[in-house]
Amino acid sequence: MGKNDMDITKDQYVEEKPRVLKSAPKHRKISVIQQAFEARHRRRKLVEQLLFAFFRAAAVINGLALVIIVFFMLKNGISAISWEFLTEVPRDSMTRGGILPCIVGTILLGLGAIVIALPVGVASAIYLNEYAKPGPVLRAIRLGINNLAGVPSVVFGLFGLAFFVIWLKMGVSLAAGCLTLAALSLPVIIGSTEEALKSVPDTYREASLGLGATKWQTIYRVVLPASLPGILTGAILGLSRAAGETAPIMFTAAVFYTPDLPGSIFDEIMALPYHIYVLATAGTHIEETRHLQYGTALVLIALVLGMNMVAILWRSRLRRKLK
Amino acid sequence: MNNKRQSTEKIMKRFFFSIAGASITILFMIMVFLFIEGLPIFKVVSVRDFLLGHYWYPTSDPADFGIFPLIIASLSVTALSSAIAIPLGVMTAVYLAELASKRVAEIVKPMVELLAALPSVVIGFFGMVVVAPFLQDIFDIATGLNLFNAALMLAFMSIPTICSLSEDAIYSVPTGLKEGSLALGATHWETIVRVILPASVSGISTAVILGMSRAVGETMVVLMVAGGAGMIPESIFSPVRPLPASIAAEMAEAPFRGDHYYALFAIGIVLFVFTLFFNLVADQIAHRYRQVGEASL
Repeated sequence: MGKNDMDITKDQYVEEKPRVLKSAPKHRKISVIQQAFEARHRRRKLVEQLLFAFFRAAAVINGLALVIIVFFMLKNGISAISWEFLTEVPRDSMTRGGILPCIVGTILLGLGAIVIALPVGVASAIYLNEYAKPGPVLRAIRLGINNLAGVPSVVFGLFGLAFFVIWLKMGVSLAAGCLTLAALSLPVIIGSTEEALKSVPDTYREASLGLGATKWQTIYRVVLPASLPGILTGAILGLSRAAGETAPIMFTAAVFYTPDLPGSIFDEIMALPYHIYVLATAGTHIEETRHLQYGTALVLIALVLGMNMVAILWRSRLRRKLK
Repeated sequence: MNNKRQSTEKIMKRFFFSIAGASITILFMIMVFLFIEGLPIFKVVSVRDFLLGHYWYPTSDPADFGIFPLIIASLSVTALSSAIAIPLGVMTAVYLAELASKRVAEIVKPMVELLAALPSVVIGFFGMVVVAPFLQDIFDIATGLNLFNAALMLAFMSIPTICSLSEDAIYSVPTGLKEGSLALGATHWETIVRVILPASVSGISTAVILGMSRAVGETMVVLMVAGGAGMIPESIFSPVRPLPASIAAEMAEAPFRGDHYYALFAIGIVLFVFTLFFNLVADQIAHRYRQVGEASL
């Protein structure tokens, strides 16, 4: 598009004469200009439509990626799912039997991580949103949270190994895994709690303070109850994130095989993500156990996406209510 | 009565402040423990040889601890995945923020979020059992587990990050700017390219950097899909072994507090520094070019 579009030559004018005459026979001069504008506008619109099609395609590709992955896991994994698969321990060096210890292990890891991370995360968010004043301290804390969110999961694994497993002498255990995952999901919890706190209208706070309540009383009796659903949504998201992680538990909690369900928090455990990884890459039965791998992946996806779906639906309902 | 209330108030404030410091404390402790366990390797090999050495044979005798091929692998995988993820992510963000009808956005947005929620091990598994054989067939190559496959899988892991942060940035462009542009006769497309994108470029850059940082540090995908050869890649179809994959694959076999173990922690330091750098740059951009109203344009 450019100035050239405006230069309508005589020939072009003649060419399109009949239509112009039809629509506006008496105002020839205006028609020429109008026509030029229209031609240019058509071209601009065409370019627009073409490019918008690309944008639409990009969005479709993303949606498709999710659908394709879930579809393949469903198609190949559904046959492996049975009551036995979900409720029995693995047998015959993992080629038969179920994945109960992995399911239990993953749920325990996720819950443990959230039980530790939720109070810390909520308290941090309360400080950031309710107490802190803008300044270098706040900036430093935010920088710390952002950077913690960016630490690679495998580095969390190394940290867990060096600190919890070795230095605190917890050994490879459920406790060490929970603590490592708690550190990892902390930024998620802080972020979503802050969002929940921000969505509480300031008038609530002002009304409470105006009635003579102190800041803490206001937070405890007014702000927290009002933002509780939002905070719980964040907790679910954090839980699902923790449950799906593999690298942080590789060195801190998960083992290839343990026949018993964990009896104490200092026991080693099996976990779904690590089980998929081990079955798919190590050992001598990779091809034989393919359907078990798909089945395990399907269970993990169902667990994680299910939790996310609940959180997303819940949140969108909350947002609608607030509007 | 009043005194008691005030002192509770002070205690609570201090309590929340000390907990808010937890994130920084954890970050600091991660750094300390990485250094404690990683630095001893530099008694065996110099920093220069460690970073620029071309051979990574930690188990042979004498062992070689050069992570240059691993660094190159990480960088090339990240670069290639960004080349896929940035256009797709930003375009999807523009689509969601500007073009999609409300109903469509309400379907697409959760899908992008769910894509982010997929466990990395599942994406790695998908890359291994579905994408790898497919690539092997259509490109007629020796192995489908290679740089390209890993980059493709990583791209779909960083797209949600890029997309949702860019979308926020686009939303935060004041509507006055958009309306002004439309009122002057620009088409919607011209408004997007000449007004909205330039106004939100700092937010989008932050999104891109954070997306790339996620790709650098992602472990399971590159561990399962990249092929695992510790060599400098010759083409995009060469198998590679990025930094996180080395740590995850070898930690189990490395003798406790042996040289190999120290070297893996030192790789962790390198990785940590990489992502810290990315995040600090993103933070700087976000702060320096923060869009405050229309006046600062």
